[in-house]
This record gives sequence, C-alpha cells and structure tokens, in this order.
Amino acid sequence: MTQLALVIDLNVCVGCHACVTSCKEWNTSGPAGYMTDENPYGKDPTGTFFNRVQTYEIGEFPHTETVHFPKSCLHCEEPPCVPVCPTGASYKREEDGIVLVDYDKCIGCRYCTWACPYGAREIDEDQKVMKKCTLCVDRIYDQSLPEAERKPACVLACPTSARLFGDVQDPESEVSVTIREQGGYQLMPEWGTKPSNHYLPRRKTRMHIHEDELQRADNPLNKEQRGPSAPVDAPTLDDSTSW
Amino acid sequence: MHPAFSVIFLTTLIGAGQGLFLAIFTGQSYSAVRLVATQDSTSFYGLGALLALLFLVAGLFASFFHLGRPERAWRAASMWRTSWLSREVIMLPALMGLIFIYSMMHFFGWDTVLFTSKEGTTLQLSLVVGTVAVIATFLLFICTAMIYASIKFLQEWACALTVVNYLLLGTASGFTLATLFANSTAPDLVPLYGSWAIIITAAAFVTRGASLIRNARIKSKSTIQTAIGIRHTHIQQKSMGMQGGSMNTRDFFHHKTAAFMQVIKWTFLVLVFPLPIILLWIGMESNSSGILLGAFISQYLGLIAERWFFFAQANHPQNLYYQTT
Repeated sequence: MTQLALVIDLNVCVGCHACVTSCKEWNTSGPAGYMTDENPYGKDPTGTFFNRVQTYEIGEFPHTETVHFPKSCLHCEEPPCVPVCPTGASYKREEDGIVLVDYDKCIGCRYCTWACPYGAREIDEDQKVMKKCTLCVDRIYDQSLPEAERKPACVLACPTSARLFGDVQDPESEVSVTIREQGGYQLMPEWGTKPSNHYLPRRKTRMHIHEDELQRADNPLNKEQRGPSAPVDAPTLDDSTSW
Repeated sequence: MHPAFSVIFLTTLIGAGQGLFLAIFTGQSYSAVRLVATQDSTSFYGLGALLALLFLVAGLFASFFHLGRPERAWRAASMWRTSWLSREVIMLPALMGLIFIYSMMHFFGWDTVLFTSKEGTTLQLSLVVGTVAVIATFLLFICTAMIYASIKFLQEWACALTVVNYLLLGTASGFTLATLFANSTAPDLVPLYGSWAIIITAAAFVTRGASLIRNARIKSKSTIQTAIGIRHTHIQQKSMGMQGGSMNTRDFFHHKTAAFMQVIKWTFLVLVFPLPIILLWIGMESNSSGILLGAFISQYLGLIAERWFFFAQANHPQNLYYQTT
C-alpha cells in the first residue's frame, strides 16, 4: 500500500508563502481549470487556494516565538469528507492514497467541508465546485518531467526545504524515517482521521557549556606556568621506598 | 456554522409537510378502527395529503438554492451506502411519490377493501399505501437529522437528540397545520389534531430544551493546541494566511454577536412552544381558523429561528485555524 503525503518541518519554515504562490501558479494553469480569484487587486481580495501559510505567536511577550504553519489537505487515511459525499465526487485513490474531487461530478453542496475538521476544502465561487489540494497529481507522475521535478509544486518551491514528499507507508522512505526520528506528529489526532501529512515540531538548538569546558583541564598554558620540578627538600620516591 | 436559508427552509418545510401527512394518515387510520368519524376522501384525505406534498415540493425547491451545480443534483442519489445526504435525496422524492399516490387514490376513489373483520372494520388499500408512506416519512426524518448528527466533530449536532428534535419539531408543526386544516374541512378532527399538536409540541420543548442544556455544557474536544500540535497554554493567531477572507472565514461562522444569538434563542423558545400551545388551545375552544392560523405561523416562524440557531450554534473545529476573523 502506498500513501503519498507531505511532511512539513515547522522548525525550518520561515513563512515566505512560496509554497502558496507556486501551488496557485501550478494548479491554476492545470488541466482542471483555473482557480478563481475575486478582486485580486481590489480591497478585499479573495479566491481559491489549496495551501495557506498561517502564523501563530506562542507564549506571551517577551517570551514569545513565532511559528509559521502551512496548511493544506492532509490526505487522511480515514478521510471523513469522502463517505459523506452524496455523488461520489470525493474519493480516495487506492493506488496512492491521494484524496481527490472529481470536478465533473461535484454538485457543490458543501457537505464535505462540514465533514473536514481541518477546513482543507474550499469551494470555487466561480465554478461552484469543491476544490482542494491534489498533491499535484498531474505533476508527480508526469513522465515528461525530469525525475527530480516529479514532486508537488510546493515542495519544489520551498527555499528552506521545509517540505518533504513521499510514501508514509514505506517504513524506509525519507518521510517515514524523518517522522520517526524527528518526532513527526499529526493534527487533531482526537478525531481518528489519521492524517497522512505530518508536521515536525520546533526543535531548539541549544549549546551546553560546562564549567570544565570554560576552564580547560588540559590547557597547555597551565603546563608552561607550572614549576619545573618539586622543591629540593621535599621527599622523593626514592626516600620512601627501597628497591 | 453559517446558517444557509436554503437549508433552513428545506428542513422546516419538509418537516411540516411530513408532520401534516402523519396527521392526515392518523385521521384515516383512527377512523378505520372507528375511533373518529370517517371524513370525505376528496376534500380531506386527498386534499390534506396534497397540501403535505406541496410543502415537500417547496422544501425540495428551496434545497436547490444550496447547490453550486443544481443541474447535477440527480447524481446525489448514487452514494446511499455511505452518505446520509444521499439517502435523504432518495427518500424525499420517494416519499413525495408515495404521498402523491395516496392522495390520488383518495381523489379518484382508487381504493378497495382488502380485508373485513368480524366486527366490520375494514382494511383499505389506501391504508396500506399510507403505512408505507408513514415508514418513508420516519425514514426521511432520520435521514435529514442524521446528515447533521453523523458529523462527529460538530459536537453540538452529534447526538441522538438531534434526530429526536427533527422528528418532534416537524411533527408538531405538521399537527398544528392539520388542526388548522381540519377546522375548515373536518371539524370532528380538530380536538384530535389539536390535542396531539399540543402534546407533541410539549414533548419537543423537553427534547429541544435538553439539547440546549447539553450544548451549553459542551466541552470542545479540539483545541488550538491539538489543531497545530504545539503545547503551550498561550497561543495566538497572528495571520490566517489571507487578507480578504476565504470560504473558511465565510461559511463556518455566523458573524453575529452573542446578544443576537440570545435574542434568536429566546425568540424561538417563545414562538415554537408556549405561544402555539396557547393559540391552539384558544383556537380549539373558539373554532377560530384565524387563531389556529396564528398558531401555525407562530410555530413555523419560530422553527425558522430554531433552525437558524441550530446551525449557528454548531462550532466547527476548523474555526480554530481562523481566529482573527
């Protein structure tokens, strides 16, 4: 079994929105049609996006830190949005676990958005169908692209490599090893949706300097300053032993 | 959630239609065992069922305004194995068909006696068709309510009380409507319908009150900590990732003040329960169609407020990701 997914490293994300814009650029030009923008240059621009980067402040001033949090469809292993769809437009692919919407079958009833606790689905206000992240399904299998580019647009765009892409069911894949070794976690585990996308926590890089590291025990200077030998009147080894 | 008027009208209109049909059929089945007088087939059973059908048609019409692509609505019948919405999409036309057949049988006298007991009571074909339609009516109530009750993370809805409330509130408004209808077409049945309307309304008050109490004490399973997976008691969202809002900020929150919510709550608590009960009582005493009409209008307007509150009260966990709205 294969379950393609993203692993997003919150320790590395700088919140530059490159994944958002590259996602929009790739998918608005894709075979499934454009992604609507209303008032793109007006007062209240709004539109359909598959991916958003949010920003949270953790803690209270002055002990705060900023976390940038990219959010897109998590391609759950138990997607609650799929069984509720009355037309079968929402489905989960057997072969790679990607959750997709068939835009030709969707009636735009919005029931799936109610059934997604993550708010990962957005209706296209122009085409009146539900849209969501496709993991760039039209790109990752495209044989005309060089193999290194057969990845979701957001992964390729990330300047800090905060996004990894791979099969989370394969225990030896890069994403599985990363999740295992770096404490990858899922969002809202309480609902049993088993999201496939994982997040890597913030990890503090701290230097630990011990006292003896400040005062080097083997500092050669100490040797140089030490006296060349014991005082002449002190007893020597020869005085206390007899060979 | 953001209350959509298309869904509010759908659920309240079909609820009243289903309740009215249950009342009409109650009248016929009671008369079959000689508990009440038999009424005229055309002007009461036929016309009453047709009136119920009219409410269902109006509800179905309203539901289309909820769809982005209404021309594809027929596809919604395909996933009945998993989706309660799909099941409702099947049950609603099925019930409409059954009620249509039931009313036509009465209009055109397409009825035969299937069975006569020793005491002389008869089982008519229309009663059998009506029984099937009653089963379909209850199934439709369950399908409609389960659309909401089956979403486990909308904790305000995910409860058996949701199903009970849809059933009782719809039936109450239908019996109130039946009292009004009987007052002009079959005065014999006014006490039957009126007293049932009062009983069901009172029962609905108990169950709806129970769900209000339950929802007031609800403790949200999801928190901002589980939503983004960071353990800190003080987390504040600084940016939602967009400037001008999105579907996530528009469709999942009612954008009204807490005071407005309170006003709506008390409005429906008065309009749906005590006022119709008093008006039904006075209307039955005075045989006044005007007062009974007032009872139904009060209850129906109250149910619109009730449904608005039902949607607005549900707090979707996705709102945790959109806190700066």
